[in-house]
Amino acid sequence: MKISEEILTKIKENVVKGRRNKEDEDLEGGSVGEPGVEELVDGALKGEIGPKKIIECINDAMVVVGKKFETGEYFVPDMLASAEAVSVGMEVLEPELLKVGQKKEKFVVATVEGDIHDIGKNIFAMMLKGAGFAVIDMGTDVSAEKIVKTVKAEDGEIVGIGLSALLTTTMENMGVVTEKLREEGMSKSVLVGGAAVSKEFADKIGAIYCADAFEGVDKAKELIKRG
Amino acid sequence: MREGVLVKPYERLDTEEIQKIHEASLSILIDPGIISYNGEAAEIFGDNGAEVSSHNGYWRVSIPEELVKESVKLAPSVVKLGARNAKNDLVLDSKEPRVRFGTGSETNVILDMGVEDFVSKESGIERQFPVFRRRRGTVNDLCQSARVCEQLENVDFFIRNVNIQDDDITDDNKDVNKFYASLNNMTKHVMGGLTNLGKLDDVIRMAELISGGRKEPIISFIACVTKSPLQFVRDSTQSLIEMVRRNYPVVISASPQGGSTAPVQEAGTVAQQNAEILAGVTLSQLVRAKAPVLYGSNPLRVRMDTLDNMYGAPETNQYYIGGVQMAKFYGIPCYSAAGIGDCKYPGIEATAEKMLSHLFSTLTGAQYVHYAFGLLEGTNTLSLEQLILDDLHVGLCKSILREQRIEEELRESLKEIREVMSTSHKMFTRYARKYMRSGKLIPFYPFEGDGNETLIKVRERKEELLSAPVDEIPEDVKREIFHEFDVLERIK
Repeated sequence: MKISEEILTKIKENVVKGRRNKEDEDLEGGSVGEPGVEELVDGALKGEIGPKKIIECINDAMVVVGKKFETGEYFVPDMLASAEAVSVGMEVLEPELLKVGQKKEKFVVATVEGDIHDIGKNIFAMMLKGAGFAVIDMGTDVSAEKIVKTVKAEDGEIVGIGLSALLTTTMENMGVVTEKLREEGMSKSVLVGGAAVSKEFADKIGAIYCADAFEGVDKAKELIKRG
Repeated sequence: MREGVLVKPYERLDTEEIQKIHEASLSILIDPGIISYNGEAAEIFGDNGAEVSSHNGYWRVSIPEELVKESVKLAPSVVKLGARNAKNDLVLDSKEPRVRFGTGSETNVILDMGVEDFVSKESGIERQFPVFRRRRGTVNDLCQSARVCEQLENVDFFIRNVNIQDDDITDDNKDVNKFYASLNNMTKHVMGGLTNLGKLDDVIRMAELISGGRKEPIISFIACVTKSPLQFVRDSTQSLIEMVRRNYPVVISASPQGGSTAPVQEAGTVAQQNAEILAGVTLSQLVRAKAPVLYGSNPLRVRMDTLDNMYGAPETNQYYIGGVQMAKFYGIPCYSAAGIGDCKYPGIEATAEKMLSHLFSTLTGAQYVHYAFGLLEGTNTLSLEQLILDDLHVGLCKSILREQRIEEELRESLKEIREVMSTSHKMFTRYARKYMRSGKLIPFYPFEGDGNETLIKVRERKEELLSAPVDEIPEDVKREIFHEFDVLERIK
């Protein structure tokens, strides 16, 4: 096997194992000390393997991870670990991508005003990063004004906005965000999710309903395709 | 070797109370003593210093304290039980509260579960529902039960759990068929009672052919010596004597019913049962010193409306705990019970009743817990669907009580907490993975659904387990068995 093939195989293996760097354990608690995605991607670039090849390899690995999840071999923690590993790999790749004029797609995520429940939002953010997005995570209890301001400041580079809320009392604030965006003349797509949210509610406020983080990532990818 | 789960036992009796129960049991064995319907047992007791008086068809035996104490001291504190696959061997050490679970009761009824489509008269919605059919158990059911239990992680040993009632099963061929059906379909330890004591040597010979010269016995026996209160039954006492003579491990089982055949009070039932078992242990050691025996504690309370057994009663669990503590006091491995309830159908109610004793019996630290899988309607009915649910729930109980590793876990956790706090997502999920992979966590409840969906999922699991390959007895050994014994061709 050529050195370049060997390193790409290792990147793929480590994405599947969810190992960000050499400090990380694999699924069974082993492999500590062996290079993870961060070191391997860095090594690949130094070995003059082009970023395009590395990204293809990472995408292949995530297809494997997805299949393992579908068949029940992998669980959500495994998916998230792999997504994190991809995210770290993409950070190493970023300067190279910028050189050739490739930029990550940006996505804003936030838990709306009045709500501090952010597990769903965090899972979504991790999965988005794993799918190659640049995520602007605004945290919890974020007002509609702040969200609109951030979207504005990014000067049209935002692909979409992801909002979460756990409580029926706070989910109404998602409607405030979509309303404010409309008022400001911004036609950004808003993905909404969370325990209290339903498709009917999403339709009512003019947002896109996502049943879980996985569906959210699929919908985010569709937004890019739509342009 | 199957490790079971080592627990910190929950105990109701303190040292002084145990001593009081011990003394009460010794005094019961002197006055009123026991009634023996078995002449040989009365003779053995008489030859060793007990006071024996002969009556019309029975003997009254007053057993002196010293005879009991000296005999009980001889009983081994460790009993080793072998299996066709040595990985399934069990070492029952009375000093170690390491709990193993197995099946039990020779159930009369098999509960078959089917699934049918029903249409709502009101909404027209179609749904699947489980439907049940009760029927007499057969030797094929016993084979299937053994096959399922072979695959289940928490079944550590197998006590034949179907009363085989086929037309061609007779008193003469029942024992070899039930042991063959069990042994051919599983590689774990097999235990059972005998229908016909005359077939004891056939069963032992068959087991020895199968074991291929293994030192530890791959089968063992149960002798329900006592009928409460304090009566030695003629047949089963003879079984005990003969099994012990052949040096096979035997459970000396008593089953006093608090409120009918024993006092309803906790201390009374525990003391009476203890006296009944001590009498059996004494007899076993007089027949053969150091004979391997288990302290067979199987007490229960009766329900007051019918006087039927009420396994799900809180007192039943109190009696269990007392039994296990007394066995520990004498240094004899304890055979106890768990997982029995009054419900007739598998599912939520049955599970609620069973979990009470599954959890308490694990807490007691008994070395050998039978009845734990699949029983319904007391000990009368077997459901393979419930058996699979029970396996899961026993696993949950074991998880609660497994050994702590505080130092190691803190070392790991502190590192994780510090790492996670420096991330934006603040999630510990990646560190849960190795625990999930090590089998220490169940990732989710595998049969999640409403009551009906749960049972339908369990039934699918049953079909999977039944189709899994089993390491059967080698063909040359089978040929020898079928040549020598009346084992039915259809279970070959």
